[in-house]
Amino acid sequence: MNFEAIKSIYAFEMARTRRTLLQSIVSPVITTSLYFIVFGAAIGSRMQEVQGVSYGAFIAPGLIMLTLLNQCIGNGSFGIYFPKFTGTIYEILSSPISMIEIVIGYVGAAATKGLIVGTIILVTASFFVDISIRHPFMMVLFFVLTAVTFSLFGFMIGIWAKDFEQLNLFPMLIVPPLVFLGGSFYSIDMLPPFWQTVSHFNPVLYLVSGFRWSFYEIADVSPLVSLVTVLGFLIVCLSITAWIFKTGYKLKN
Amino acid sequence: MAPIVSIRNLTKSYASGFQALKGVDLDIEEGEILALLGPNGAGKTTMISIICGIVTPSGGTVTVGGHDILRDFRQTRSIIGLVPQELTLDSFETVWNTVAFSRGLHGCKPDPALIERILKDLSLYDKKDTMLRHLSGGMRRRVLIAKALSYEPKVLFLDEPTAGVDVSLRKDMWHLVERLRASGVTIILTTHYIEEAEEIADRIGVINHGQILLVEEKKALMAKLGRKQMTVELAEPVTAIPDALSPFGLTLAGEGTRLVYEFDSAGERTGISSLLSALSHCGLRVKDISTEQSSLEDIFVELVGEGK
Repeated sequence: MNFEAIKSIYAFEMARTRRTLLQSIVSPVITTSLYFIVFGAAIGSRMQEVQGVSYGAFIAPGLIMLTLLNQCIGNGSFGIYFPKFTGTIYEILSSPISMIEIVIGYVGAAATKGLIVGTIILVTASFFVDISIRHPFMMVLFFVLTAVTFSLFGFMIGIWAKDFEQLNLFPMLIVPPLVFLGGSFYSIDMLPPFWQTVSHFNPVLYLVSGFRWSFYEIADVSPLVSLVTVLGFLIVCLSITAWIFKTGYKLKN
Repeated sequence: MAPIVSIRNLTKSYASGFQALKGVDLDIEEGEILALLGPNGAGKTTMISIICGIVTPSGGTVTVGGHDILRDFRQTRSIIGLVPQELTLDSFETVWNTVAFSRGLHGCKPDPALIERILKDLSLYDKKDTMLRHLSGGMRRRVLIAKALSYEPKVLFLDEPTAGVDVSLRKDMWHLVERLRASGVTIILTTHYIEEAEEIADRIGVINHGQILLVEEKKALMAKLGRKQMTVELAEPVTAIPDALSPFGLTLAGEGTRLVYEFDSAGERTGISSLLSALSHCGLRVKDISTEQSSLEDIFVELVGEGK
C-alpha cells in the first residue's frame, strides 16, 4: 500500500474544501435552515404529526440525507473530474498507486466532507426541532455507508462526465426528484396506491426510510431492507469502479 | 550493463484505427541523454506516455530498471519522472504544495529540505507560496520540472522541455539537464529544436510515423551523414563548367561566379587538392573558398523526408 499517496490525495482534496469553505459548508447550512424555517416552523406548525412525530422532526432525517447525497455526489465527482479537465490527471496515472489507493483518497475525502456537512446540518436541525436518536449505532452506520456509497457514485460520474453539463446532470436533475419523491417530506402511505408502488422503485426511499427509522423507529420499509439496499448499491458502485480501472475507461487511451 | 529502459516491439493503435506506434525497439542506457527528434504526430509523446503509465500499449513490452511497466508498475513509476509537454497545473495550489504533493504521490515521506533545495535550484524558492495561476509560462514549466524531481527519479522524461521558452531560460534548462546527468539521472527528451539535441544529447533517435528511423551516437551520426560542401568563388564568371572539371560533379551557381563541390568529410580522400589544381589548370582564378557542414537539421529533414 502506498499510504503516502493516499494521504497526499486526501489532504489535497481536504485543502480544496478549506479553500472553498463558504461554498462547501456555509451554503448547505443556510439552505437547510431555510427548509426548517419554511417546513418546520411556518408550515409544519399547521400540520398534523406524522406517525407520532412532529412534522418538522419528521423531515429532519430526509433533509440530512438530501444534503449528504448532494455533497457526496458533488465532491466525489468534482474531485476526479477537475484533474481530468485541467490535465493534471497525468500525475495520478503516472504515479505508483493502485486503483484502490486512488479511490480511498478521493472517495474518502468526499465522504469525510459529506459527513462533516451532514453533522453540521443535524446540529442545526436540533435548534429548530426536537430530535431524538433511538438507534445511534444504526444511525451512524446508515450515515457513513450512504456517504461512502454516494461519494463512490459521484467518483464514477466524475470519470464518466465529458463536460460540466454531464457533471451536473446527476446532482441537479436526477438526485432532487429522487429525494423529493423518496419520502423525505412525507410518509409514502400518504400517497395513492399507484404512487406507493412507484416509490418502491426509488432507491432513495430505502435510504431515507432506514435513516429515519434509526431516529424515530418509524419507517416505510423494514430497516433491514434499507440496509441491504445501501450495501447492494455500494457493491454495484465498487464493481463498476473496478471495471473502470481495469479497462481505463475514459481515463486512459 | 543492461539498459535502464528497454522497449521491444511496442505498438499502439487507437480506437479510431490510427496507429501511433508501429513496433518500436529502443534501448536507453543508464546515465545517458537521449534526444528523440520527430515532427508533430510522429509518436514521441505516445511512447513516453506508455512508459509512464498514462496510455495503455496495444502490444510489446517495456522494462524500466529491469521491471515490466505493467506488471511491476510500482517499481517502474517510482523511478520515472515525467515533465509533460502541456503546462498542466492546478491553478489554485501553491508552488510548494504542488511539489510536495508529487513527492507524496510517489510514496515518499515529506522532505522539506529537499524540496527547498529543488526550488532554489530552479529559482522558484521566492515564489514558493505563490498560487500557480499567478506564475508566468516559464515559471510554470520550472514548477513541472520541480514536481518531477521531488521524488528523485532515476529516469527523467522531458517532453518538449523548451517549447515556448525564451533563449535564456532554454540555456538554463540545458545547464539543469547537464547537472542532472552529472548526478546519474538518465534523461530522455523530445524536441523540435534540432539545435537543442545537437547541444546536449549523447545519442539521437529520429522517430516518424510511429517508427524509429535511427538511433545513433550524436558524433557518429554527424560524421556518417555529415556531407560537406565547398563553395569556390571565381574572380571572373564562367558560362559553363569546363570539361576537365566534369569528374568532380560540380554545380554552377551565382550566375557563373560560384562553383559548388560536395564531398564526404569522413572519406579518405576528399578530392579538394585535386580540384584546386584542376581549377588552376583550366586557368580559373579563385577569389574565395568556403566550406560548410550539413547540420543535424539537414540530416533530420532528409531522413523524415525519406520516410514519407
